[in-house]
Amino acid sequence: MARIATTQRVAVSTAAAWLCGFLIFFPILWMVLASFKTELEAFAIPPSFLFFHWTLENYATVQERSDYLHHALNSIIIAGGSTLIALLIAIPAAWSMAFSPTKRTKDILLWMLSTKMMPPVGVLVPIYLIYKNVGLLDSRIGLIFILCLGNLPIVIWMLFTYFKEIPRDILEAARMDGATVGRELVYVLTPMAIPGLASTLLLNLILAWNEAFWTLNLSTSEAAPLTVFIASYSSPEGLFWAKLSAASTLAIAPILVLGWFSQKQLVRGLTFGAVK
Amino acid sequence: MGQITLQGVQKAFGPVHIIKGADLDIADGSFVVFVGPSGCGKTTLLRLIAGLEDVTDGRILIDGKNVVAVPPAKRGLSMVFQSYALYPHMSVRGNIGFGLKMAGLAKDEINRKVEAAAATLNLTPYLERKPRELSGGQRQRVAIGRAIVREPKAFLFDEPLSNLDAALRVQMRIEVTRLQKQLGTTAIYVTHDQVEAMTMADKIVVLNGGKIEQYGSPLDLYEKPANLFVAGFIGSPKMNFVTGESALQRGAFTIGVRPEHLKIERDGAGGWPGTIAVAEHLGSDTFLYVDAGQLGMLTARYIGELSLHAGDRVSLVPEPARIHRFNESGNAIRG
Repeated sequence: MARIATTQRVAVSTAAAWLCGFLIFFPILWMVLASFKTELEAFAIPPSFLFFHWTLENYATVQERSDYLHHALNSIIIAGGSTLIALLIAIPAAWSMAFSPTKRTKDILLWMLSTKMMPPVGVLVPIYLIYKNVGLLDSRIGLIFILCLGNLPIVIWMLFTYFKEIPRDILEAARMDGATVGRELVYVLTPMAIPGLASTLLLNLILAWNEAFWTLNLSTSEAAPLTVFIASYSSPEGLFWAKLSAASTLAIAPILVLGWFSQKQLVRGLTFGAVK
Repeated sequence: MGQITLQGVQKAFGPVHIIKGADLDIADGSFVVFVGPSGCGKTTLLRLIAGLEDVTDGRILIDGKNVVAVPPAKRGLSMVFQSYALYPHMSVRGNIGFGLKMAGLAKDEINRKVEAAAATLNLTPYLERKPRELSGGQRQRVAIGRAIVREPKAFLFDEPLSNLDAALRVQMRIEVTRLQKQLGTTAIYVTHDQVEAMTMADKIVVLNGGKIEQYGSPLDLYEKPANLFVAGFIGSPKMNFVTGESALQRGAFTIGVRPEHLKIERDGAGGWPGTIAVAEHLGSDTFLYVDAGQLGMLTARYIGELSLHAGDRVSLVPEPARIHRFNESGNAIRG
């Protein structure tokens, strides 16, 4: 029997959805609000929700104390660079696994995924030492490299599932039409895979932007991205809630805007394979 | 020119032998249909000729040149896929012209050839549309257009009509046949539908279990089936097979009589007596399914209307000249 959507039921589920959405969004909202409070008001109990003394002084202090633009630029270079390199490696890798699989393809895919199950801290010391010896500590190249390696399994998996959905017949038709492997990739496969490539790119960009473990441990100032910028406000001298909030708001702003405008692609990317 | 010869072609996927040695001579300009039940290897054989699969053993000659090591694009063949396999992001013009573009032809020439092909297939008004904006029949025509525009040595069709509805299938069947005759290009056509095979082919290859059972013209296969498999596969409704006393009397292990070669006698004396289980009245034909006791169920066909019904007793008399005889191993006994 089909469920009857009564007005009452619709109202209840709508309210529940809004409540869930609000609960998830609340910490972000609270952070944004706190960034406009004075340090004193920021941890006042009971907290004031909207009726406090609005100020921009935190933003000014944050920009004065540590250069936001410098960190933001690093974040852009590191997230963008690692994503691009990951895609360049992952497209041919996923292509070959999707279209000319061997007996070992499944094993390789699982092995790639298994590297994501290992806690990164397990290899922190060796990687730190290697980076120190080859002089990659606190360098953008070093961070691009490590983030690229870290996200590669996810990128390959995502692309693999997208490529798998492309009918084999079409590629064979291209082959019969005289396309070489390279031209097949350029003229047929890539245009058909663009929606998939776009959502993979976006998701990976966000993952790389948010990555904190490696960026915090392998950079200090020169190559430090926004994660380091935020972390610097949780210092031994104490927590500065308002300034920390201002720094965090600044750090997530670009990716929030990007995410807002690409919601459709992101949802498709995250639920790919789940629904047709 | 498009003469294709297979010499001892074999294909195995791991330990599984799909094609167990195929020898075949396809004359230039002929329309050859590969037919057989699913899993018989007909599509694999076509893909071997196309070069989409590598042969395990044997030679494939196109115009006398062994092509087993030649990539698909260089074999000069074009293929129409069951799923049409159109490029979804390209217009009809882009789809038809893709092969020419890959061959490096000039834009003007591509346009001229694409438009000529589109005109042949009544696709001119749709040239700028994307495949998703076309009906099934139109998509099929685009796939065919893509094949003919390259002026290949041969067309390879892989069950191209199986996604169309029955009426359109008949219409496309005629169109494809006419087009092939008009172009005079060799065509190899894979189908599991024996009606398509009988109506379209100059010659039919009947495949079963990875072996070629018989290669001949449609009427050859109908009149002189080489063995029980071909006898049972070609012709609709199926040939009746009878073993035992009636077969031994005629010096065979099994005898076969087609439903249209059984004379229906109303009084139930002589021949093979039985009771009608089901009678199908189509107006043009009458099909009787007769329970003939020990002989099993026999099918008889009468051209025109015959007012007999379930439960009536009849006798079926085979036309002596139309009885097919088979030995114990299922092969036809000639003479």
